Amino acid sequence: MRALPYLLRGLLLALLMTFLLVPQTMEPLLRPLAQSNAPVIYNQGSLLSLTVQHLLTVLAATSAATVVAVSLAILVSRPAGAEFLPLSRSLVNIGQTFPPVAVLALAVPVVGFGEKPTLIALFLYGLLPIFESTLTSLTTLPRAVVEAARGTGMTGAQRLLQIELPLALPVILSGIRLSVVISLATATIGSTVAARTLGEVIIAGLQSNNLAFVVQGGLIVGALAVLIYDGLSALERLTVARS
Amino acid sequence: MIEIDGITKIYDGKSVVDDVTLTIEPHTVAVIVGTSGSGKTTLLRMVNRLVEPDAGMIRLDGEDNRTIPGYELRRRIGYAIQGHGLFPHRTVAENIATVPRLIGWDKEKTAAKVRELLTLFQLDADLFGPRYPHELSGGEQQRVGVARALAAEPNVLLMDEPFGALDPIIRAKAQDDLLAIQKHFGTTIILVTHDMNEAFHLADKIAVMDAGRLLQFGPPDELVRQPATGFVEAMVGASERPFRLLSMRRVSDLAEPGSADGSPIAATVTQQDALAELMWTGRSAAPVVSSDGEARGRVTLEALLQRARGPK
Ligand SMILES: Nc1ncnc2c1ncn2[C@@H]1O[C@H](COP(=O)(O)OP(=O)(O)OP(=O)(O)O)[C@@H](O)[C@H]1O
Ligand SMILES: [Mg+2]
Repeated sequence: MRALPYLLRGLLLALLMTFLLVPQTMEPLLRPLAQSNAPVIYNQGSLLSLTVQHLLTVLAATSAATVVAVSLAILVSRPAGAEFLPLSRSLVNIGQTFPPVAVLALAVPVVGFGEKPTLIALFLYGLLPIFESTLTSLTTLPRAVVEAARGTGMTGAQRLLQIELPLALPVILSGIRLSVVISLATATIGSTVAARTLGEVIIAGLQSNNLAFVVQGGLIVGALAVLIYDGLSALERLTVARS
Repeated sequence: MIEIDGITKIYDGKSVVDDVTLTIEPHTVAVIVGTSGSGKTTLLRMVNRLVEPDAGMIRLDGEDNRTIPGYELRRRIGYAIQGHGLFPHRTVAENIATVPRLIGWDKEKTAAKVRELLTLFQLDADLFGPRYPHELSGGEQQRVGVARALAAEPNVLLMDEPFGALDPIIRAKAQDDLLAIQKHFGTTIILVTHDMNEAFHLADKIAVMDAGRLLQFGPPDELVRQPATGFVEAMVGASERPFRLLSMRRVSDLAEPGSADGSPIAATVTQQDALAELMWTGRSAAPVVSSDGEARGRVTLEALLQRARGPK
């Protein structure tokens, strides 16, 4: 029974790969959703390359958000940086509450159409979960452990790198996981400003009233989210087991 | 030598350590006792500057402890934290190796030291070395915490209730091992405990604290015979006084020429144990032998009772 979840995930991955590599195999399944004379499988570009582009965009935005949010959280969790805590928290919160669509609209006049506005929107949107989880984990470490690290004569940097970050890692990873999943879904709107993401498939479907397009775009994004979420959860469990 | 000179720590307008002055002679054990919240931990932590005092000064071998960076000071001073504070993501061996690694010992020397300390504290090095702290019992964790404090062979050792979680047998063994280590390396130890038996067993001098103030600092028998305040007397325990006096000395101190019947008593056991033996076997005297079996005369009930008698 315990093998079942792995089996299902393996199956999902296999289905996704088949669809991306040989899209025609899924045509019979999607056929009922398209009008009789309309194309069933997205035909304005390769699904595989769109997916790769989509993932790269999310990867780039989340990496940048991770670096910035983790650094910021480390800074404000040090005694010297404590006074910046309220400021950083409101900055990060604004990033989260400002709708990504509005960010796109504001960014396009400045940086032009394409990848850039999407990256900016995803970056801002992804900061909060990572910042909050890093800050929480760094400030709630067991007191005796942190004090023991001081007591053995570790410098501030040694404590951070050898004790605090390793112990905080599982919670930081959970913040990153949340951020990635949000970004995977949000990235689709990047296609409204000509970024190459899976949103293209959905938008094309909406414009030509082709439900098959909409569904296949949505399903690919959904499958990616589930698989990546699971992968990162497994990674987290690995780090928890070690601590 | 550790000179604590007029040290005060104030939290929220309240002195939790209040103008404490005491000098701990080199190569001796000072034990701090006192009620919960009386400032014992805070006092201890000002020695290695985990806490900075609001007034006063602490000198180690004549040198102000603020002349070197805090982290360097702490590498030289062993600290067994209250509640062990082991690093959960590091193995037992890695935990013990913390300070040797920080001060750059080579691998072989560190590994040998880890093995030696684990063995000393009755933990199989091959079995426990690779384990993580959460795979240990509370008593085992505590011994590892003490081993970590001892690893770099510090001259000064601060121990905050280091044996609280140990069962009586392992605790007695750990106390004796600590004294052996202390003799061997000439370590100066400050130890905090709630266990008065432990205090009397280990201490060259006992400090009694109450509400941040040092009430008395002196050799154990001074605390028994001349308690400075009623609080000290209560800490010592009025009904325990004669036994405390006997527990501090060895039978050899009371051995006198003569002979007695029955099984002999080792010269190295405490006078309290000798009294118990005489009472248990209904004798008024017993022969004393040295550890190599040589006759050392006898010890009498009368001498023991005399020794246990209070002043006046
Ligand atoms: N960082 C701190 N901030 C505020 N108050 C503190 C702090 N550390 C300790 N105190 C207070 O100082 C007093 C003394 O604390 P301390 O830990 O030294 O007591 P203790 O004698 O070690 O007690 P115990 O036997 O329970 O360990 C307590 O009332 C405690 O609440
Ligand atoms: Mg304490």
